[in-house]
Amino acid sequence: MATTNSPTTTGPLAQPGRLPQPSAFLDVRDLRVHFPTDDGVVKAVDGVSFTLERGRTLGIVGESGSGKSVTSLGILGLHRRGHTRISGEVWLDGEELVSAPPERVRRLRGRKMAMIFQDPLTAMHPYFTVGAQIVEAYRVHHRVSRAVARRRAVDLLGRVGIPQPARRVDDHPHQFSGGMRQRAMIAMALANDPDLLIADEPTTALDVTVQAQILDLIRDLQDEYRSAVLIITHDLGVVAELADDILVMYAGRCVEEGSAQTLFRRPEHPYTWGLLGSMPRVDRAARDRLVPIKGSPPSLINLPTGCAFHPRCPHQGRDGIPCRTEVPDLAQGSDHGVACHLPPTERRRTFAEDIAPAL
Amino acid sequence: MSTHTSPDRTTARPGTDELLRVTGLEKHFPITRGAFIRRTVGAVRAVDGVDLTVATGETLGLVGESGCGKSTTGRLISRLLRPTGGSIVFDGRDITDLSVRRMRPLRREIQMIFQDPYSSLNPRHTVGTIVGAPLRVQDIPTPHGVKRAVQELLELVGLSPEHYNRYPHEFSGGQRQRIGIARALALRPKLIVADEPVSALDVSIQAQVVNLLDDLQRELGLTYVFIAHDLSVVKHICDRVAVMYLGKVVEVAPRDALYATPLHPYTLALLSAVPVPDPDRRDRAQRERILLTGDVPSPVDPPSGCRFRTRCWKARERCERETPALRELAGGHLVACHFPVEDAERTPRGRIAAHLAAADVAPATTTPA
Ligand SMILES: Nc1ncnc2c1ncn2[C@@H]1O[C@H](COP(=O)(O)OP(=O)(O)OP(=O)(O)O)[C@@H](O)[C@H]1O
Ligand SMILES: Nc1ncnc2c1ncn2[C@@H]1O[C@H](COP(=O)(O)OP(=O)(O)OP(=O)(O)O)[C@@H](O)[C@H]1O
Ligand code: SF4
Ligand code: SF4
Ligand SMILES: [Mg+2]
Ligand SMILES: [Mg+2]
Repeated sequence: MATTNSPTTTGPLAQPGRLPQPSAFLDVRDLRVHFPTDDGVVKAVDGVSFTLERGRTLGIVGESGSGKSVTSLGILGLHRRGHTRISGEVWLDGEELVSAPPERVRRLRGRKMAMIFQDPLTAMHPYFTVGAQIVEAYRVHHRVSRAVARRRAVDLLGRVGIPQPARRVDDHPHQFSGGMRQRAMIAMALANDPDLLIADEPTTALDVTVQAQILDLIRDLQDEYRSAVLIITHDLGVVAELADDILVMYAGRCVEEGSAQTLFRRPEHPYTWGLLGSMPRVDRAARDRLVPIKGSPPSLINLPTGCAFHPRCPHQGRDGIPCRTEVPDLAQGSDHGVACHLPPTERRRTFAEDIAPAL
Repeated sequence: MSTHTSPDRTTARPGTDELLRVTGLEKHFPITRGAFIRRTVGAVRAVDGVDLTVATGETLGLVGESGCGKSTTGRLISRLLRPTGGSIVFDGRDITDLSVRRMRPLRREIQMIFQDPYSSLNPRHTVGTIVGAPLRVQDIPTPHGVKRAVQELLELVGLSPEHYNRYPHEFSGGQRQRIGIARALALRPKLIVADEPVSALDVSIQAQVVNLLDDLQRELGLTYVFIAHDLSVVKHICDRVAVMYLGKVVEVAPRDALYATPLHPYTLALLSAVPVPDPDRRDRAQRERILLTGDVPSPVDPPSGCRFRTRCWKARERCERETPALRELAGGHLVACHFPVEDAERTPRGRIAAHLAAADVAPATTTPA
């Protein structure tokens, strides 16, 4: 099924690990993050694999609770080890992080990889000035004087579009508007020129006009620094704007992956169809009705058997496929992975004939 | 260009049944200083001269950036807040200054649905108590008992009658929002003011609730004021849309007219900023996107004349001097701007020019509120 009308995708998106020597800049292999709780084990992430190159953007989409943030925190090594069972491999520029000592991962954080969160106030301290916090972030990894670090802070604030950075550098976070705080946090994340930037819902709390500014900024910075960007969002519009490749998560697993064009033009997983059908679109004539996904997301403690999506899937059991009993693999073609028991020809026919006309 | 998909989604035609008329509506929140002797040192002009009409059976969308006064307008219309100026006429009655007591019978007719399905439901009460409360408080006669009435309401919003004895925490976000809707419907209101009713929900659940609101409107002849910041949802659900900026309505139009031919520069910028869920069109969308510089000014001290002038790429001297009035430029299409957007500015070339011009506006350097 090697359909290659997306010139931007080269080679497989993910190769579940056998080769010890990864070629990709970021190579996540069979990542699992489980939380033992009183009610049982929460399998928040249960076997996710993908690769990401420098200069490219991968978008992770999925509903609330599907494991997007837990995946990114797993890459950054931010889960509390005592309370979390993590397995799998995370290779960053040839170095494996899951088995690396915490101290080593901590040193990489902020320098080689950095994160932008949804809520800047959780990442910034209210009592220190914006400048002091950027200076601090920079000096952790660079042995320079405060004066030099401060010049760097002013420079970064200007770079992310804060007007009069030399003056605003001494403001406290609460003196900034929401959009400016988001910019300041991006400045802080960029302090050490990270090669990997993880943005978890970077614009969800922002107005659409501010969101457009921030997405524009992320795009510019990526062009300039050629960093690898992982953007996590539930907003399909935002991924379509930013991502080269997209990974769709459902209940802790990847159900579909491919280039952005592939996922929007020829999606093959019934859950992806559901997401697209649910979404009202500003760029189309208004439809009479949306096509929602029925039911609600499953419990991650007692996952449905077989395909976790089967209780909500309109195609479940069609032509005798084993949806209730067998977990579908993420069948990987050269550029499009789909975890569904429906035969590929059947999926494409269904999308073309039944789904696409109603979108 | 979009076309009408159903005949009832057209303009609130003049002469159709007007359910609500809001004129010059104002809400100024005083800012006070001093611990012992409190003095008023200024006011947040949250709503500052809003004019709106809503016809029976239609859905009016209210959009605009955070802090522009949407929720305050909604709370004034529902009379959860008392206006500091202007008037509200509901179903032919002036309700602007009605006391709490005189307002009570009208409470039945205007209900509100809130954004947060988590905090707006009391966690210690069962679904039955929550949905039945308005019936009990208002002493509504229920021929088959309150329980039956509540169970019918639960079915109406797609929940099961067995949910009667359950607690809110046992429900998902979408289900909780249905509970909030059932509670709002208990008194058979004429008007529902829905403040961001789907913003906190996941896209798949959001679609369920949007369809539910649509069905209920059709079945019960409801009228909605739908407050939202998501312009795609508003396009889907509203017949007409009012755009607010800094406490004022800057544009009102039938849905399709607003999205296809926005007349206010702010509306043009707002629509261009919506992410396009189509990777093949993103380059074009980015070239034509109007990125506003700077932040929304403070409602404590709004700019003179046109409030958008500090971010408007079309601003001229007159905009600073003279406040533009909301006037009708085409059938049912009202705009408050001295130099409304022209057709040429909506062509690809015009949009690229606007993109460049907007980037050149020097950002205002005042600290936002
Ligand atoms: N420390 C923890 N202990 C137990 N469960 C957890 C923990 N952290 C996350 N979870 C659970 O793991 C699941 C995945 O959470 P995650 O935050 O990754 O979701 P998400 O996809 O980012 O959702 P959202 O869109 O709401 O941010 C959720 O069900 C969450 O409740
Ligand atoms: N009780 C109050 N006292 C003082 N100021 C208030 C009060 N309520 C609202 N405001 C201010 O009035 C302005 C309008 O607020 P409002 O909540 O109506 O905005 P909104 O358009 O609903 O914004 P959002 O999209 O963030 O919900 C804001 O500047 C807000 O800070
Ligand atoms: S495997 Fe079966 S239940 Fe799962 S998505 Fe495919 S058709 Fe639906
Ligand atoms: S009145 Fe002037 S400043 Fe205001 S929107 Fe129109 S052109 Fe811009
Ligand atoms: Mg998350
Ligand atoms: Mg509000």
